[in-house]
This record gives sequence, C-alpha cells and structure tokens, in this order.
Amino acid sequence: MKKAILSGNEAIARGFLEAGGKLAAAYPGTPSTEVLETLSRHKGIHAEWSVNEKVALEVAIGGALSGVRSMACMKHVGVNVAADPLMTAAYTGIHAGLVLMAADDPGMFSSQNEQDTRHFARLGKIPCIEPSDSSESLQYAKAAFSLSESFDTPVILRTTTRISHCKSVVEDGASESPAGRGLARDFGKYVMLPGNAQKRHVFVEDRLVRLRDWAETSPLNRVIGGDSEIGFITSGISFQYVREAFPNAAVLKLGMTFPLPEKLIKKFASSVMKLAVVEELDPFLEEQVRAMGVTVHFGKNVLPLCGEFSQRLVREKISGSPLPAKAPVAGLLMRPPTFCPGCSHRGLYTVLAKLKLHVSGDIGCYTLGALPPFSSMHTCICMGASISAAHGMAKGLALQGGSQQKPVAVIGDSTFLHSGITGLINMVYNGGDAIVIVMNNDTTGMTGGQEHAGTGRSAQGSEAPRLDIAKLCQAIGAKRVREIDSYNIKELEKIVKEELAEKGPSVLISNQPCVLRYRVSKKAYAVEKATCKGCKLCLKAGCIALSFTPEGKTGFVTIDPLLCNGCGVCAQLCTTGAMTQP
Amino acid sequence: MSVFNILISGVGGQGVLLTSKIIAEAALLAGLDVKQSEVHGMAQRGGSVLSQVRFGEKVFSPIVTEGEADLLIGFEPLETARYLHFLKDDGAVIYNTRTIGTIGVSIGAQQYPADVNEVIKSRVKKVMPFDGTQLAVTAGDKRTLNLVLLGAALSSLPLKEQFILDAIVNTVPKKVLEINQKAFAAGKVQNT
Ligand SMILES: Cc1ncc(C[n+]2csc(CCOP(=O)(O)OP(=O)(O)O)c2C)c(N)n1
Repeated sequence: MKKAILSGNEAIARGFLEAGGKLAAAYPGTPSTEVLETLSRHKGIHAEWSVNEKVALEVAIGGALSGVRSMACMKHVGVNVAADPLMTAAYTGIHAGLVLMAADDPGMFSSQNEQDTRHFARLGKIPCIEPSDSSESLQYAKAAFSLSESFDTPVILRTTTRISHCKSVVEDGASESPAGRGLARDFGKYVMLPGNAQKRHVFVEDRLVRLRDWAETSPLNRVIGGDSEIGFITSGISFQYVREAFPNAAVLKLGMTFPLPEKLIKKFASSVMKLAVVEELDPFLEEQVRAMGVTVHFGKNVLPLCGEFSQRLVREKISGSPLPAKAPVAGLLMRPPTFCPGCSHRGLYTVLAKLKLHVSGDIGCYTLGALPPFSSMHTCICMGASISAAHGMAKGLALQGGSQQKPVAVIGDSTFLHSGITGLINMVYNGGDAIVIVMNNDTTGMTGGQEHAGTGRSAQGSEAPRLDIAKLCQAIGAKRVREIDSYNIKELEKIVKEELAEKGPSVLISNQPCVLRYRVSKKAYAVEKATCKGCKLCLKAGCIALSFTPEGKTGFVTIDPLLCNGCGVCAQLCTTGAMTQP
Repeated sequence: MSVFNILISGVGGQGVLLTSKIIAEAALLAGLDVKQSEVHGMAQRGGSVLSQVRFGEKVFSPIVTEGEADLLIGFEPLETARYLHFLKDDGAVIYNTRTIGTIGVSIGAQQYPADVNEVIKSRVKKVMPFDGTQLAVTAGDKRTLNLVLLGAALSSLPLKEQFILDAIVNTVPKKVLEINQKAFAAGKVQNT
C-alpha cells in the first residue's frame, strides 16, 4: 500500500474515488474547495463547479437518483443555501449513495460566521459523520456512501478547517466499483406531494430509530481504554487535542455525531469518575448527552463556544490551571489581508472612497474595500446580499424623504452568478433605484481562482459557453448597463457621477482579469525622488508596494519593484508626475 | 523520536506553504508520522500566514501552540517577531530580513517597527537573520525564497539531507526544479 501526505480534502476526494463515486458538484468555499479541485483532475467521473450550493446539491441528488454515487461539497454557510433541497432529500431518500460534504470554520479563518453544521443533521434527521484526520477522511468518505445506501438517506460528512486543510499520512485502500443502479422512478418515494410526504415522514422517524441502534455497535464509534479519572467524549479535531493533552485518559471517540448511541454513552459515562465532553463551537453532543440524564462535569462550563481549540486550550480548561506562557512581543503591527498589487478592484475603491458613497457589499476579494484606506463597504452579510440590500436601502431612504445619495452595490462575478442575479431581477421588477457594480475579474478570486459559468471553462478544463453578464442584465430589463474600466479612475469617477444623477437601476460592469489567477505581470513603476513632493495622495491607492519615508519637513514615496505590478492607479493619483514606468 | 515542531510564518503570497510541504514530505520519507497545517483563503491575500509541521513517532494534533516550537522559519521580520512566544526556550529562528510593509504602513498610518531585528535577537538565543530575498533573486526568481530558507534551515532539522533533497524533487514542479535547487544550495551555504 502506498503512503502519501494528503490534506483532509484530498483524502475525501480519494475516498470518493475509492467508493466508486461518479458525480461530484460543488461551489467553492474555504475550507471545502480542494475536494472538488482534486476530483476535477480525474477522468471517468463528472466533477463540476455548480452555480451555487443549492444547485450543487440538487445536481448531486439528480446523480444519485440516476443511479450513481454522488457528492456535493460546500463550506458551512453553503449548507444554508442548500438547506431547502437537503431537508426534503432527507424524506425522499437517495437510490444510489448521496453525501453532502460540509466544512465548518471554527476560528473563522475565512468566513463570515462560525455556525455549526451538525445542527442541520438533527434538523433533517440524517446522519452526520466526522473524521479526525486525513486517513479517517478517506475511510469516512467511503463509509458515508455505504451508510447512505444501507439506510436510504443523505449523509453529512462534516469537517472543520483543521481537518480539511491539515495534512497527514494516508494509505490508499481497496477500490469499490458499485454497478450503476439505473434511474429511480417511484411516485410514492420521489414525488413529495403532501400525501406522499406524510408517509415519508413516518419513514424518516423510523430510519432515525434504526440509525440510533446501528450507532451502538458501529465501528465509527469506539472506546479507547485508559485512565478513568476523567473520561472524554469527543470527535473530529478535538479528539486529537484530547489525545495530546491527556494521552492516558479513557476516550469515547464518536465518528458519527448524529444520531448518538445512548447505551454506549451511558456505559462509558458510568465507567469513568468524571465525564468531559470536548467539542468546538456549539454544545451539540453535550446537550444530547445531558438529555440522556448523564452528568457532564466538563463541557461548555469550562470550554469556549467561540473560536477553535488546541491541545493547550483543552489541557488548561479541563485541568483548571493555566500553563506557563511567554508574552507575545507587544505592540506589533497587525497585517490584515489586502488587495494584491495590480488588483483590478483597487481603482474602483479609490473612486468610491473619494465620492464617499454608501456601499452595500458582498463577499469576495472586493470585500477588502471595507478596510482602510478605502473604508468603502458598509455592509457585508452573505453572498448575493449586496444587490437586494441596496434595493431595500434605496426604498427605505426614499420613505424617509430627503435627498440622500443612492446606494451602490458592489459584487463580484462569481457572487453575481451565485445569487446576485435574483436580487437584480427583484430590483428591476420592483422599481429599484441603486447602482450595481459587477467586478468581473473572470474568476472566483477569494477562494483561489476557480472557474464559473462566466469564465468559458469548466472545472474539468473543457471549453464551456461563456455567460455574458451585460447581456444577461439587459435581458433582466435593466435599462442602463455600461462597461467600465476599473484601472481608469478619472473616467470611472465620471461614469459613476453620471449614473448617480439618473433615476432607476444602473449596472456598471468592469471586465479586468484577476492578476493572480491569470498571472498578469506588468512593468513596475518607480518614483523620481526629486519630483515627489511627499503629498501622500498616491497612498490612497492602498497598495503594499508603496511606502513613505519622512525626510525634512515632508518626505518621499518609494515603490518596491519586487511588489509593484504596474497597474498605474497610484500614478493616476499623483499630481506631480513623479511616478513613471521606466 | 519525540515530536519536532516547526512554525513557518510569512506574508500571503510568499510561498510559505511549499516549504512546509517539502519538510512534511521529507519526514514521511524518513518513515516518521507527520502532520502539517496551513491556512487558505482570506489570509492568502497579503495577510499574515502561518504554516506548521510536526513530525515524530506519533503525532496527534496538527497545530503547534505557545512554547512548543523547536524551530521558527520566518519569511519576513515582522511575521517572525509575531510568533516568537511559540518557541521553546532553546528554540531556533531562521529568518529573512527583507521587510514587507503592512497596508497600515503603506498608507502612512503606521510605522514599520525599526527595531524589529533587535527585538528578535533579544528574545532568542539561536537566531540567524539574512537577506534571503536577495539570494532568491540571484538564484533566478524571488519566489524561490522558500527554498533559500529551507536550505538555511537544513542544519536545524533533525532529518537527513537526502530526504530533503528527494522531497524537493517529489514536490517542486519539474519546470522550476533547477532554480529551486539552486536557491536551496544558496540558503544552505548561508548557514554552514
Ligand atoms: C454561501 C457561500 N458560499 C461560498 C462562500 C465562499 N466565498 C467567499 S467569496 C467567494 C467568491 C468570490 O468570487 P467573486 O465574487 O468572483 O469575487 P472575487 O473574489 O473574484 O473578487 C466565495 C465562493 C461564501 N462566503 N458563502
């Protein structure tokens, strides 16, 4: 058997292939993205970037109903988008295996909230399984498919950032090649009219009882014998922290975190003096264990609800005594993320900041416009919200009278296709009055540069029809649709001012490629020191290639030639002509 | 062997992940258990990034916590100073002295700490600062900084050089293998 170091996501992809999985659909989202990226490099399967998570899950449902093992992958907030099909697929069951891989982000390394996906398993009354490292990620992906088919249910395969993005040693296993099952057609099972759904609900409740029974003896749940002074119930990455912090303690490791094995838990609890339940985020296991009448000595009474854990945190919180620690170096500058040098979003924000507009924001690289020096994004809620919220703001402002400036929605191309289109249809239909700026950089930038319906290429690399955003907006009924060049800030300012003076929705579309994804590399600018007055106007470009050196009464600006990407936005802000491309 | 803990810090886009990937691969070739953790997404846009590698007989947690690190490889001075309290008392630091301003510095709102090198020196006994960026540029590409630093870290790693060399071949794309090997050699010379 071959050993390799794989991330949890790569291991899940391998598990999918070893399980004979044939169809995978996903929408990118940290920390889930690499599952589909890995699968897209394999032949003989269908792997696609779907337009959003709801679509991805529906595609996977269709795949399962056609008779092949299918999987949808997404980040935790993606499950909100996919919740509608999920809750009813729980009723219909699956025909061939159906797995929903969902990645949570405790600590919010790259997310707008810290929600706990396990609640969806309980809401849908479907199983949730959680690997603790890459080797288990592979095994559990396979186990998820067999569980799905044995119980006729979708299965949630839940990871967290430290499972998805940590790498550990994996051995390949045997590959299964399940025969295609052919198309399912069963009126009572797949057509969720009330009369059928009423019967299926009974099935769902019965299935849950059977799953609970199965959990009692499932190899996914196991006891590691040891010191019984404190016994630990734990799962996922927390299992590793517990093992490191308390290497000799007895542990009940739950591979399936919904539904729970009540007898096994009670037996384990009675075999230890004190019981600890160690889980990141919500007290999902703990509340269920307490509801069984079991006493939990250490749970969320000592462990935090927010943020991620570590071996150190577990040791400190359970033992109740802090470990010695050196102080971090005091007063260090923070280094928040920022636009790449050369990024096409930068020019837009210099204009929005100058005009002091109110910006209804969205999620993507362009969200960084919310940070200084631009501070020009005033809301960021969820993907697609920019346009619909701007519409609501405009209506709300109008109801309050006065002559406020119209709000501006800023949204990226991938986000627009994900869920911005419906907001625009709504705005046009309901007599909206806002400017919508679509920053089309021809990729899904923030998550590392994935293809989408507007890039002209599929996940697996074949050519694909390229959606034309301008034409789509016109078809929706937007009367004012204009192309803008986000690198030309004078012209951009003029256009924005013109649109502010108009009534009704305007759509402005910038079509400049992502410099990172398309490796755009232009010649660096340089500053002529003698000409630079030290006025700092160029620093409003908010670019890390620039720096200011005080000298005498003022000072001068320099451009780091290794960082500058030659976009020229700073040079356009310069009034002395000190910045040139040699 | 007991678990050896490495932190690798830098600025998003500097190529921190490749260094940790090569070390992890070398540990695997040495027949050890290994875990590596990294950060994707938002932080890769010019933010502070941290990768961690742990190897030994058996490794549970993939992350290194305060006071646990045997070695810190820093791609940038400020990002090196940020993680000094993760080091053991006798932990070593190898870092690139070429600074990258934060956005706060670039907009003139903050000053880059002028004394950052002194701060690092005052807190760590085993420390090796050098201009790795210059060596990378000389080797042929500023993006080979990760291999320069790996070369400089070689003598601090409890792994045979051959495993590292093989891991480089297994990990670095063929097209750029040669300049990366050159960068590695340049870093190694720096620390002998
Ligand atoms: C429901 C949901 N799915 C996925 C994500 C992860 N995510 C954050 S930004 C983004 C896409 C950004 O792409 P785009 O809109 O093209 O903007 P860019 O980053 O390229 O500027 C994604 C997929 C999310 N936050 N929410």
